[in-house]
Amino acid sequence: MAQFDMNDDSVVVIIGTGAGGGVLANELAQKGVKVVALEAGARHLPDDYINDEWDSFGQLAWTDARTTSGDWRVAKDFSGLPTWIVKAVGGATTHWAGASLRFQDHEWKAKTTYGDLEGANLLDWPIDPREMDDYYTRAENKMGVTNTGGRPPLPGNNNYKVFEAGAKKLGYKDVHTGNMAINATEYDGRTACQQTGFCFQGCKFGAKWSTAYTDIPQGEATGNLEVRENSHAARILHNDEGKVTGVEYFDADGNLQTQMARIVSVAANSIESPRLLLNSASEMFPDGLANSSGQVGRNYMRHMTASVYALFDQPVKMWRGTTMAGIITDEAKHDPERGFVGGYEMETLALGIPFMAAFLNPGAWGREFTTALDGYENMAGMWIVGEDMPQADNRVTLNADVTDQFGLPAPNVHFSDHPNDVAMREHAYKQGIAVYEAVGATRVMPTPPYPSTHNLGTNRMSENAADGVVNKWGQSHDIANLFVSDGSQFTTGGAENPTLTIVALAIRQAEHIAAEMNAGNI
Amino acid sequence: MTKQDTAILTRRQLLARAGSATAIVAMGSGFIAAPDASWAMSVTNITEHQMATLLQMARDIYPHDKIGDEYYAIAVKGYDSEDAAGMVAAGVALLDEKAQAAGHTDYVSAKWEENRVAILREIEDEAFFQAVRGGLVTGLYNQKAVWPIFGYEGESYSKGGYIDRGFNDITWL
Repeated sequence: MAQFDMNDDSVVVIIGTGAGGGVLANELAQKGVKVVALEAGARHLPDDYINDEWDSFGQLAWTDARTTSGDWRVAKDFSGLPTWIVKAVGGATTHWAGASLRFQDHEWKAKTTYGDLEGANLLDWPIDPREMDDYYTRAENKMGVTNTGGRPPLPGNNNYKVFEAGAKKLGYKDVHTGNMAINATEYDGRTACQQTGFCFQGCKFGAKWSTAYTDIPQGEATGNLEVRENSHAARILHNDEGKVTGVEYFDADGNLQTQMARIVSVAANSIESPRLLLNSASEMFPDGLANSSGQVGRNYMRHMTASVYALFDQPVKMWRGTTMAGIITDEAKHDPERGFVGGYEMETLALGIPFMAAFLNPGAWGREFTTALDGYENMAGMWIVGEDMPQADNRVTLNADVTDQFGLPAPNVHFSDHPNDVAMREHAYKQGIAVYEAVGATRVMPTPPYPSTHNLGTNRMSENAADGVVNKWGQSHDIANLFVSDGSQFTTGGAENPTLTIVALAIRQAEHIAAEMNAGNI
Repeated sequence: MTKQDTAILTRRQLLARAGSATAIVAMGSGFIAAPDASWAMSVTNITEHQMATLLQMARDIYPHDKIGDEYYAIAVKGYDSEDAAGMVAAGVALLDEKAQAAGHTDYVSAKWEENRVAILREIEDEAFFQAVRGGLVTGLYNQKAVWPIFGYEGESYSKGGYIDRGFNDITWL
């Protein structure tokens, strides 16, 4: 395995090893580019993953000090836990459910399609949807996405069967077991899904794609990638010419180290990435790196989310099998007749009893709550994910009063729903409830958003440098050798789970970086 | 436990009498026991009345008629600590004060769940209530022994998942 010198300034340093950073690291390594990937967490692999919700949370979740504000309910119920993401090699690809959906064409052009909405900071992506077709295909092939590239669909579990029956009775046309980066048959040396029901806890069979056991070891095998785990980036350094030169990070022993670099890529998720840029402020860049637009940390999006759980008079046993086992896409379209712009997906979801107790209706108590849990065996559930509006004041800032374990200012995550988000959620609750009532639900429960899993937009991509942080390649407008490679570069969020798009963008970005390096431009 | 400790008191009697010195003595110093002696717990840092109140609170906050007291006892036993004693004493005193204002001897003496819930509603924004409620979310529901009561089957990896064990066995649709 490669080991690079701290003073080797020919390497690309990538901060984060999830869907963005992990893929970029492998793609660059495959092209012969030397890469040091800094990962704040430890390396956990399928043998280590735990089929237990809270134990797994303790093993994998990012629980560093964070604060929250704004009128979202997460700020009240989970004030120190704005997100539910992962600190480990592989990042949130260990935890994700596997849904791998392409953006719809119009979603690349949200401002043009939706027009001006008061309070929304909409912008078109500086990317034509046709530019992405091939990268999407390559991402799907890399990840083994079902129902694409000739790969078969996954079988539907009990939770899906209830969902599908309700959808069809309601007249929905496009309901299926999804485009999932979960093997329906053996693929890429990994086994088929065994329906354990613990997708969120890391797939112990390795049937679900995660960079932890695909791209990362593939990149390491080239001899061009060194992954340093337990290495928490603290600051990106730059020279007098305003080019980045390296990264300061705390190693596993808490000692501050400096890795020199030719190029730095930030892929630490939409909370940590802007935080790192802001924490890297200097005399030359007093507002943080790559922040001449003032957009670093702004336009934080988390998708319009909600869940609907329903009780029936007979057993469902929704926890058996794939956590996200199917999708209804009929409402994903843009149809302003519904009273909002953009659309949403309905996707089955199941939680075990420990998490159901925590998330069904946080803070609730008494028999209304407990009788719902008493019906757990007869419960079906879905998650709803839709496009939320970017808003300038929904943002990640540094909290001067709270520091993390390294003494670095903690991020504050401020979020309030846009009226469009509220209108979409109300519509989605109504439709989700209708799906279950169509098959005889005896009780329905509109469940509020969980801590965020889809964190987007805080270093957004823009045509003009004044409107965003990075250009169409994820390259910062201000600093040519500084890149952003995670969901924070999303200009807008679309209705779809973001991982496939993050991976497709990372494949595309790797080509650009390698070409620019070869041309001597960076 | 001695034979005396297992003296047959119903749980309601136990809880109702927990505040009286005679009842405590009869139970053995620092003991709270199930009427059928299926479980027992001792307290050292807080009083039996305080523990009995916590236990009743736990049942009233998250009432599951199929879940026995022993699981609630496990969920609240951590409050019998030096660190928690002050909070528990103040919290139980507040609860009893509200109960008395509503015409009950104390909280555990209020006989209907509805009456006790009304008392709890008065203090639900207090840190004491929120600490007890929040602690129960994991203290009660993360006990593996209660999962089967809900039908939840827990880990499945060691059994090969559900691919051959009914992931799609629904029949009633």
